[in-house]
Amino acid sequence: MLKIEGLRTVFGAAGLPEIAAVDGVDLTVARGRTLGIVGESGCGKSILSLSIMRLLPPPGRIAAGRILFGGQDLAALSNRQMRQVRGRRIAMIFQEPMTSLNPLRSIGAQIAEAIRTHDRGASAADLRARGIEALKRVRIPAPERRIDDYPHQMSGGMRQRVMIAMALSCAPDLLIADEPTTALDVTVQAQVLDLLRDLQAETGMAIILITHDLGVVARMADEVAVMYAGRVAEQAGTAAIFNDPQHPYTLGLLGSIPRIEARPGRLLAIEGTVPPPFALPPGCRFAPRCVFADADCNTAPPPLRDIAPGQRVACFRAPVEDIA
Amino acid sequence: MTPLLEAIDLARHYPVGGGLFSRKPAGLVRAVDGVSFTVAKGETLGLVGESGCGKSTLARLTLRLIDPTAGTLRFEGQDITRLEGEAMRRLRPRMQMVFQDPFASLNPRMTVAEILAEPLLVHGIGDARQRRARVEALLPMVGLASHHADRKPHEFSGGQRQRIGIARALAVEPSLIVCDEPVSALDVSIQAQVVNLLKDLQARLGLSYLFIAHDLAVVRHVADRVAVMVLGRIMEVAPAEDLYARPSHPYTRMLLAAVPRPDPAQRHLPSAAPATADLPGPLSIPQGCRFHPRCPMAVEPCRREEPGLQPLAGAPGHLTACWRAAELPAWMPPPQAPPAPAAARRLALYAERRDQARDSG
Repeated sequence: MLKIEGLRTVFGAAGLPEIAAVDGVDLTVARGRTLGIVGESGCGKSILSLSIMRLLPPPGRIAAGRILFGGQDLAALSNRQMRQVRGRRIAMIFQEPMTSLNPLRSIGAQIAEAIRTHDRGASAADLRARGIEALKRVRIPAPERRIDDYPHQMSGGMRQRVMIAMALSCAPDLLIADEPTTALDVTVQAQVLDLLRDLQAETGMAIILITHDLGVVARMADEVAVMYAGRVAEQAGTAAIFNDPQHPYTLGLLGSIPRIEARPGRLLAIEGTVPPPFALPPGCRFAPRCVFADADCNTAPPPLRDIAPGQRVACFRAPVEDIA
Repeated sequence: MTPLLEAIDLARHYPVGGGLFSRKPAGLVRAVDGVSFTVAKGETLGLVGESGCGKSTLARLTLRLIDPTAGTLRFEGQDITRLEGEAMRRLRPRMQMVFQDPFASLNPRMTVAEILAEPLLVHGIGDARQRRARVEALLPMVGLASHHADRKPHEFSGGQRQRIGIARALAVEPSLIVCDEPVSALDVSIQAQVVNLLKDLQARLGLSYLFIAHDLAVVRHVADRVAVMVLGRIMEVAPAEDLYARPSHPYTRMLLAAVPRPDPAQRHLPSAAPATADLPGPLSIPQGCRFHPRCPMAVEPCRREEPGLQPLAGAPGHLTACWRAAELPAWMPPPQAPPAPAAARRLALYAERRDQARDSG
C-alpha cells in the first residue's frame, strides 16, 4: 500500500550545509498491517512521518526518493494534489491531543470541520449525525452529549479518542500514529491501543506506529523498523526483533528496558548519546556507541543487508556471536 | 530504628473556584489526603500513581516546599512540620530534589560550575576555592568530565542534563533525595544510564530516595519498597518484591496488568485494559473507597465507608486499603516466555563487551 524508496529529507537554509534528518530510508506497509517505527529522540522517526504527510516545517524538504502510495508518488505531488490525499486517504494523530485540538470550539464543530474539508455538500444535520457516529466508533460513552463538549471538559484519553475519531472520519487507508499513547496513563494507554487494533480490524487500514516504547511495539506491530540517526538499523517481523535481534543498537535497546517481571539487576544501557545530525560519524552512525565496533565500522556506512528471510540489518558485525 | 523520614497523616487541600469577588471557595481539591509513610536510611521508597493522584504534591510537602494542611512530618525523629527560619534553613541541605524535566530545571545562563556551586553558596558552605574543589569532585561522580564545568546547559543532551541535576542535588551532601519522575523525559537507553547512576550513588553514599514515577517497571528496578497512590491516598504499600509478586489491591493489579510487555508472544492474549480507566478528579473524590467507581470488585460496603491501610496476613510490611483484600483471587501475572536463546546469547555478549570496555577505562 505504501512503499518508501530511498527517502532523504534534508533541512538547510540557503548557503548553509544541508542536514539530512532522514537519510536513505526504504520501507513498506501493507493493507491491514501495522509497521512500528522505533527509535530514540533525533532518530528521524517523526520527520519521516511528516515527510509522508508532506507537512515538513520549512526549511525541510524531500531531497531524494519516492513515496509510492496508491499508484502515486507523494513526493512528486503538488500541494494542491497532496491536499486531496491528506486527511482523506492518509490521516495522522499526534502525541498530545490537547495541542492538536482547538480549545475554543466544541468537539462536534471540530469533527464537522474535518468531514467538511473533504465533503463540502454535507448539511449541518448530516454533519452532526456523522460526528456522533464517529464518537460512537471510538467508544466514547454518551456521544450525543459529549459532541457538544469542549476539549478541556474531557480527560486526556477521551481527547485522544476524539483525535482518532477525526482522523478516521474520512475512512483513510493509512493512519500515521506518532507516539499516540505516550502522554496517557498506563490504563488509558491500554484502552487506546485496544481501540486502534479494533478499528484496524474493522476497516483494514494500514497503520504506521511511531513509538519509543518497545512494549507498545510488541503489542501492536506486525513489522518493526528500528531507526538510528536518520537511517534504518534493522527491520524485521516483530517476533524476530525481540527473539532474534541482530543490530547492536537493537540489542542495546532491548537490554535497556526495565522489565516488570524480571528480577531487578543492572540495566544494560547504551553508553554515550545520539550524534547530532551535523556531526555524524563517517562510517556506521552507531559505531561510536557500539561495544562491537572495530576499525571497519568507522570507514564506510554498512548497507542494509538481508540476514534472514524478512529481516534486514545494517551492521558489518552481525550476527555478533560470529565475531572471533 | 528511627526512620530518616516519617510522614503521618499528611494532607494538603486547596480551595478552588468561587469567582473573583466571592469569599467562599466553590470546592476543595484534596490533592494529598492523609498519607503516612516512612523512608529508612539508605532505602528507596517508590511512589507510583497516575496523573492527578497527588504524587508531586506529596514530593513538595515532603521537602517542606509547601506547607501541609494537616499531619506531621519528622526528619531523623525531629518534628519538622512547622519548622521555620534558621532551623529550616539548616535542614534544607539534608533534603534535595531531582526534577523531571532537565531542560526546565537548569538555569540556561549559568555554567555547570555555577549551577553546582549555587547550593553551596546559598547555604554558605566553604569558600570559593573549596566550592571549586567540590564541583571538581561532583562531576566524575555523575559521569561527567571536568571540562564540562565551563559549559552551559544547552550544550548538553537530556541525559547529561539530568546528570547535572543529580550533581546539583548531591552538592550539599544530602541524606534524602526526592526524585520526581527523574527518568520519564529520557530515551530508554539514557533512562537506563540514569537509573544505574542513581543506584550506584546510593550504594556509595548511603542515600535515601523517595522515587516518584508512573512507570511500574522502572520503580521495580530502583525501589526497596513501593507505595501505590490513588486520589491523594496510599492504597497499598509493600516491599517491592512482594508487591509485584502478589499485588493485593485491585488498583495495583489494574496498573500491573495494563503495562504492555516487550514480549510479542503476549500480543494475542486478551487485553488487560480496564473497562473504565477514567478517574474522577481530586475535586470530586467519591464517597467510600475512592477507587470504587473504577473497581471491578466493588460491593456495597465499598461505596459507604473508606477502608484504611491494613496489614496483610503472612506478609510483613505489606499493607493494603481494600475491604475485599482477603477475597481477591490469586494473582496471575501474564505468562512469561523464557527469553529466546539467540536474544539471550547476544545480550550476554553485549554485557560482557560493555564490562570489558568499562574495566579497560
